[in-house]
Amino acid sequence: MAAVSLENITKTYDNGKVLAVDNVSFEVKEGELFGLIGPDGAGKTSIFRILTTVLLADKGQATVAGFEVVKDYRSIRSRVGYMPGKFSLYQDLTIKENLEFFATVFGTTIEENYELIKDIYDQIKPFNDRRAGKLSGGMKQKLALCCALIHKPEVLLLDEPTTGVDVVSRKEFWEMLKRLKKQGITILVSTPYMDEANLCERIALIQKGKIMSVDTPGNIINSFPTTLYAAKSADIYQLLNDLRANPEIESCYAFGEFLHVTLKDNQNGGADFLKNIAVSKGHSEILIKTITPGIEDSFIRLMNERPEEVRPGN
Amino acid sequence: MKVLRFILQKEFRQIFRDKTILAMMFVMPTVQLIVMPLAMNFDVKNVNISLVDHDHSTYSQKLISKIASSGYFRIISSDFSFKEALMHIEKEEADLVVEIPSGFERNLVRDGAQKLAVSVDAINGSKASIGGSYLNTVISDFNAGIDINIRNINKTPSGVIDISFRNWFNPMAEYKYYIVPGILVLLLTMIGGFMTALNIVREKEVGTIEQINVTPIKKWEFILGKLIPFWVIGMTVFSIGLVVCFVVYRIVPEGSIALIYLIASVYLIALLGFGLLISTYSDNQVQAMFVAFFFMMIFMLMSGLFTSIDSMPTWARIISNLTPVTHFIKVVRMIVLKGSGFEEVKTELCYILAFAFVLNGWAIWNYRKTN
Repeated sequence: MAAVSLENITKTYDNGKVLAVDNVSFEVKEGELFGLIGPDGAGKTSIFRILTTVLLADKGQATVAGFEVVKDYRSIRSRVGYMPGKFSLYQDLTIKENLEFFATVFGTTIEENYELIKDIYDQIKPFNDRRAGKLSGGMKQKLALCCALIHKPEVLLLDEPTTGVDVVSRKEFWEMLKRLKKQGITILVSTPYMDEANLCERIALIQKGKIMSVDTPGNIINSFPTTLYAAKSADIYQLLNDLRANPEIESCYAFGEFLHVTLKDNQNGGADFLKNIAVSKGHSEILIKTITPGIEDSFIRLMNERPEEVRPGN
Repeated sequence: MKVLRFILQKEFRQIFRDKTILAMMFVMPTVQLIVMPLAMNFDVKNVNISLVDHDHSTYSQKLISKIASSGYFRIISSDFSFKEALMHIEKEEADLVVEIPSGFERNLVRDGAQKLAVSVDAINGSKASIGGSYLNTVISDFNAGIDINIRNINKTPSGVIDISFRNWFNPMAEYKYYIVPGILVLLLTMIGGFMTALNIVREKEVGTIEQINVTPIKKWEFILGKLIPFWVIGMTVFSIGLVVCFVVYRIVPEGSIALIYLIASVYLIALLGFGLLISTYSDNQVQAMFVAFFFMMIFMLMSGLFTSIDSMPTWARIISNLTPVTHFIKVVRMIVLKGSGFEEVKTELCYILAFAFVLNGWAIWNYRKTN
C-alpha cells in the first residue's frame, strides 16, 4: 500500500487566480525515500501543506499513511512528522523544552522513542539548555528533525530541509535520512537542489505546479533522449551566443564553467560539429566533450518540452 | 486535559522568560496608577489674573486681597489699562482680567450698585468657565460682606434662599476618587486586549502555529492555553492595582471585594475574547498593534473615563454603551465609591457578560473559518 498518495490534487490561491498545484498525482511507497524536486514557487510547499492537513485542496484526493487528508485529518496528525521549510519551533524555549513540549503534545516522552532520535539528538545534546533561537542553522535543523521524529511517525514530511544550510550539514542531513529510512519510516522530502535528487530512491520533478516526471533518478537520467555535450572556450558568453544562433543547435545553456549543448539532429561526430562552429567564430581554448546528463539537464529538457506553458514575465 | 496542562506550562514559561514584557505588565500598572491620577487633575487651581484697578480705594483693595487669598488665583500683574491687561491674555500669561472702574467705592456706597468687568480667556474652556465661576463666588461673597450691605440687611430683610449642598460618595469632591478606579480599569483593558492579540499573532508571524497545527492539539486547547495565562496575569495586575489604590490613595472599596473580582473576571474574559478576535483578523504584530490601538483610543475617550457619558450627544452615548470598558468603569466606580451591591450592578454585569459571549463567540467562529 502507498504511504502517501495524491490523485488529481489542484490548489489555487486568490480565488483561483494563482494556480499553485495543477492536477498533481503521484504515490510514495511505504519505506521509500521520495524526493519532490523543483525550483522555488513550483508548488512544493502547497503540496506539503495539503498532506499535513493544514491546507485544503480545491480538487482531488490525497491519503497519508492510509488516511484521507480531509476526513481523517486527526489520525494523520498523530502519524506524521512535519518539518516546515521555515524554522517553526519556539525560539524562546530551550532545546530540551522544545523537545519535551512536542513529545507531550503527542502523548509520548523523549525516553520512549529515544532510540529513533538518539543519533541526531546526541549531536545537539550538549546545548540542551540553549534557547532554540540562539542555535546555528545546522543545529536548528537537527532540533526540528528531532521534534518531527519524537512521536515515531510513520511518514516524515520534510519541506526543503536543506535550504540555507551549509554543504557539510546538508551531507550529514542526508546521511541521517538514510538511517531513518532503514528504520522503516517513509520519507517525503522536497528540495530545490538538483544535486540532492540522486540521494533519493525516486523523485518527482515539479515545475509550475505540474509534475513533469516521476521515476528513479537513474531512469530519469537514462531517459535523456539525446547526446549531451559540454563546451567551453575562453569567451564563454560569446560562445553561448554563437551556439544559440546556429539553427542546428537544439538547446544551449550555461552550466557551471561549461555550456551544455544538445543538437537537433542527433548524429555522430557532434563534438566535431560543435568544434567547427567554435573555430569558425574565432574562439580559442576550445574544449568540447560528450557527458552523461544529470538531473538538472533532464529537468531543463522536460521544462522546455512544455512550450504551451507561458512563463511569467514573457 | 493533560495536553492543556502542558500548553499552559509552556505559555507561562515563555511569558516569564520575556523579562521586558513581564516587567511592563507589572511595573506599568503600578507606575501609571501612581503618576497619572496626580497629573490628571481636573480641579482648577492657579488661575492667573491680571488686575486693572482704576479706583485705588479701600473697597477695591479689599476685593483684591479677597481674590488673592482665596487660594485659587494668582495675581500676575497689576496694569494701568485694560489694553495692557489684555496683552497678558494674548500672551497666555493670564486667564482672567478683572477691571475695577474708577469710582468703584463711591458708587457702591452712594448708589448701592456698581459694575465690574471680568474678561476670560476661553481657549481652555473648562479652566475659563470654572475660574470664572470661582471669581463670581468670591465677588458675591465680597459683596455680601461689605459694610453697606450688612447695614442694609437689618433694614430690609429680603427673601434670600440659602443653598447648602453636600457631595455624596466623594465628600471633598476630589478628582482622584473619580479617576483612580478608571485608570485601574484602563490598565486591565490594555493588558487583556493587547497582550493576547500580540501573543497569538506572534505565533502566526514566527510560524510556530504551523508546527502546532500539525500536532494533535485541538483548537480549543490552543485557545484556552492562550487565554488562561493572560486571565491569570490580568487578575494579578488588578489585585496589584487595588493594593496600590489602598497604599497610595487610601481608596478602599466601599462595596464587596468579592463582587469586584467577580465582575473583573467576567470583564477580562470579554477582553481576552476581544484580543483573540483581533488576532484572527491580523497576520502580523504591527497590524494587530494598530487595530488594538485604534479600539483602545475609542475605549479610553468614549468610556466615560475622563468625561461624563451623560453629556455626550446621543450617537456617542450609543457607541459608548457598545464598549465593554464603559460598563466596567461604571461598575468599579459604583462598588468602590458608592458601595453598591449585586442588585445595583446586575444590569452592567449582564452587559459585560453579553460582551464576553459575543466577542469570544465571534473570535472562535472566525478562528475556525481561517483553517
